[in-house]
Amino acid sequence: MQTLFIVAILALGFLITFQIAKASEYVAVLRGEERARKQTNRINGFLLLAFLIIGLIGVYYCNQKLKGKILGAPASDHGILVDRMLYITLALTFIVFLITQIALFWFSYKYQESDKRKAYYYPHNNKLEMIWTVIPAIALTILVGFGIFYWFKITGDAPKDSMVVEVVGKQFGWEFRYPGKDGILGKKYFKNVDPAGGNPAGQLWDDPANHDDIFMEQEMHLVVNKPVKLVIGAKDVIHDVGLAHFRMKMDAVPGTPTTMWFTPLYTTKEMKEKTGNPDFVYELSCDQMCGKGHYSMRGVIVVETQAEFDAWMAGKKPQYYTANPDKDPSAKKDTMATKPLAVVAGGK
Amino acid sequence: MSEALHVHPEVITTHEVHHDEHGHGHHQETFISKYVFSMDHKTIGKQFLITGIIWAVIGGLFSVLFRLQLGYPDQSFPILETFFGHWAKGGQIQPEFYYGLVTMHGTVLVFFVLTAGLSGTFANLLIPLQIGARDMASPFLNMLSYWFFFLASIVMLSSIFIHTGPASGGWTMYPPLSALRQAGEGQRLGTDLWLISMALFIVSSLLGGLNYISTILNLRTKGMSMTRMPLTIWAMFFTAVLGVLSFPVLLSGAILLLFDRNLGTSFYLSDIVINGEILPNEGGSAILYQHLFWFLGHPEVYIILLPAMGMVSEILSVNSRKPIFGYMAMLGSLFAIAILAFLVWAHHMFVTGLNPFLGSVFVLLTLLIAVPSAIKVFNWLTTLWRGNIRFAPSTLFAIGFVSLFISGGLTGIFLGNSTIDIHLHDTMFVVAHFHIVMGVASFFGMFAGVYHWFPKMFGRYLNSTLGYIHFWVTMVGAYLIFWPMHYQGLAGIPRRYLDKRGWSSFNNFTELDKMITIVSIIVFAVQLMFVFNFFYSIFKGRKVTTPNPWGANTLEWTTPIRPGHGNWEGEIPEVHRWPYDYAKDGRDFIPQTEPVGEHESKH
Repeated sequence: MQTLFIVAILALGFLITFQIAKASEYVAVLRGEERARKQTNRINGFLLLAFLIIGLIGVYYCNQKLKGKILGAPASDHGILVDRMLYITLALTFIVFLITQIALFWFSYKYQESDKRKAYYYPHNNKLEMIWTVIPAIALTILVGFGIFYWFKITGDAPKDSMVVEVVGKQFGWEFRYPGKDGILGKKYFKNVDPAGGNPAGQLWDDPANHDDIFMEQEMHLVVNKPVKLVIGAKDVIHDVGLAHFRMKMDAVPGTPTTMWFTPLYTTKEMKEKTGNPDFVYELSCDQMCGKGHYSMRGVIVVETQAEFDAWMAGKKPQYYTANPDKDPSAKKDTMATKPLAVVAGGK
Repeated sequence: MSEALHVHPEVITTHEVHHDEHGHGHHQETFISKYVFSMDHKTIGKQFLITGIIWAVIGGLFSVLFRLQLGYPDQSFPILETFFGHWAKGGQIQPEFYYGLVTMHGTVLVFFVLTAGLSGTFANLLIPLQIGARDMASPFLNMLSYWFFFLASIVMLSSIFIHTGPASGGWTMYPPLSALRQAGEGQRLGTDLWLISMALFIVSSLLGGLNYISTILNLRTKGMSMTRMPLTIWAMFFTAVLGVLSFPVLLSGAILLLFDRNLGTSFYLSDIVINGEILPNEGGSAILYQHLFWFLGHPEVYIILLPAMGMVSEILSVNSRKPIFGYMAMLGSLFAIAILAFLVWAHHMFVTGLNPFLGSVFVLLTLLIAVPSAIKVFNWLTTLWRGNIRFAPSTLFAIGFVSLFISGGLTGIFLGNSTIDIHLHDTMFVVAHFHIVMGVASFFGMFAGVYHWFPKMFGRYLNSTLGYIHFWVTMVGAYLIFWPMHYQGLAGIPRRYLDKRGWSSFNNFTELDKMITIVSIIVFAVQLMFVFNFFYSIFKGRKVTTPNPWGANTLEWTTPIRPGHGNWEGEIPEVHRWPYDYAKDGRDFIPQTEPVGEHESKH
């Protein structure tokens, strides 16, 4: 009913507009086209100026209204660089924006057709053209310089003491694997993937590095102020590890592992205070179209202190034991390096 | 008035009789040969335009549908279920349907409207008319070009009506998503049809492009040296070159994808476990497709934009009654853009795991494009400066184009810088950026062209009051829709999220999304008004009574008001000067056909 109503109003509005438009065409012909044209010319000239002024006010208003919603301070060291680059670019481009838009609409208004003026024959001026080739070139060199400098900092090698976490995207969720005590992610092969047999990541059990790897889904824990290197992959189609608060992003490509690293600066608890939002969580979003569940492919990241992290990790059981219960020391009660675990791994 | 040199005023005739008057040995025309399988470049241009308009309405309607979902994710619209059945169960757009809509919206508008509809229309219409040729180098290939486009359209359209729905992998159609039938409904028959349609489209585009290039190089009239060509023709020329060199690469990408889908090859596939099924493919690279795609995909942006730039240059010059400022610089910057267009494709792939050093090279090359772009903007501004501007609807759209090109171009500097791109990649910021600079700006160029050359196409004017309403609502609407959208991107909201209620970080723009949806509906309604104006004016518009209604210098205005096949009665006019002698030596305009006077000043 409502839709019908809207359609009816639109149709009616259109009909009226059309009648007016036709009528004004006839009137123009009757009153002399030249005069009518000059009158609409003045109206449009004025509207262009009005558009400029109202538009600039609109730009300011829009910024006042929306700037509070853009996530706040970056929560990683790299994020600070990204934001700094963003603001340098914003400052430079905004100046250019103002100059060119004001010139565009002001010239349009000022040099609208007038019987008193003749257009000025001005086909070229090499000096002027040189100036506006060189100035943008210099400005862009500055931007490229900063950009590449930060880019290499961000994409450079991760520090040696970084913790490593494997992130794997699949339709439609996230899987994580921690390397365990040895700090090495064990080898895996996609043909070994067997969720029913306790091997959702396709780990190769004959690689001893796999025996202490911890597997979990949907939630990842990180340590504040400790660099983390994410080893990223995908099982089925391309996904993307999007970390808006950390200003980081990297595609997850099946068959081609990618990496990225950063250092979280605030724990989730600190962010709750900083943002004044008691429900704050770091979210991991899929940023590359991956199918019908793309928009809901959400993971959660908990950033905590080392002590909290250790306590949380202590409750996890290596996937090796889930897949091979006969090897599980907590079941057999023999003395292995790992502590006996009572809790069932799951990560949820 | 001096423009009447080569005009025969008595040829202001009605449509029905004019083919009798053309006695230059042309065969008898039937309805079929004149309006359907026509080899007249003007008719083919109109065919491209009208097909493009129909596609634009369909593609625009799709955007209205998914904007409804974005603005009102919690509301149900029973009327949608009436029309779309299980795609909109309970009046709610289903995710598969949503992704089908965005994919079709992108494909249709990028390829079918802004490539075929824009350069297909104006290259066909303007190249022979403005360089002084009777028709294209090969009218027959030109006709085939349209009909391949038509076939591509039919295949694409049919994919919308099949049971599993159209392709839904996004207009970029990245594998493995697009390569695996198991990945979703839209990845079944819909994607095969998409690929076949694109292959046909590429054939069409190549036939057209080769024709444009050979026509421009070979069929210029006497005196029309390359540097006396209007900038529209230069723009069409570079557009055609870009298309001819880059579309074949997309074709190869699409064919490999068809092989992966249907013949069990592994060009793009490796290490895949989907829905619990382990696939045998190993050794392929999903990223290979992205290189092939964007090797076309980026030039494609300029294939869309350059014709608009060319037409805007021409229209601004004509209507400010002043020469285009810096013709050679305009030409040089077109050339620079065309070259650089091939060297920047990987800036779409900064976060694919691309080698960071390679990334930095692409940052440099990408930001370099800003230099010729800046030159063009400053030259347009100087063209307006101290002019005597007539605000025809075409002028307003041209001014709007420059404004949008500035706004959208500047945000490109954000995205082309890999450091910032890490954060903004695949967010709403990208959506806002390319809609302004490539979508709306090119549309403005197209509208400017349609308003300006409509009298040449149909011998009648579009209603200009409707034109002014069309412009102002679209201009204000475009900024209202896309300007605040940048903030959503800065907040990190990813593209193609149809419902953000499950997220705590992205769920604070509800009001904004509603506003954008309402404005899009209004803007869409106004486009329908333009379409009405277009078709109404073909038959009932005010008649053109003078061959040169805008007082322009270029050759198309020396033809009869309704030129027949062959364009000029008698001899093709000879050209004696560049096309931008406006306000020279105290004269309002001097057509290209007028010989240079003895005492004329040099430029």
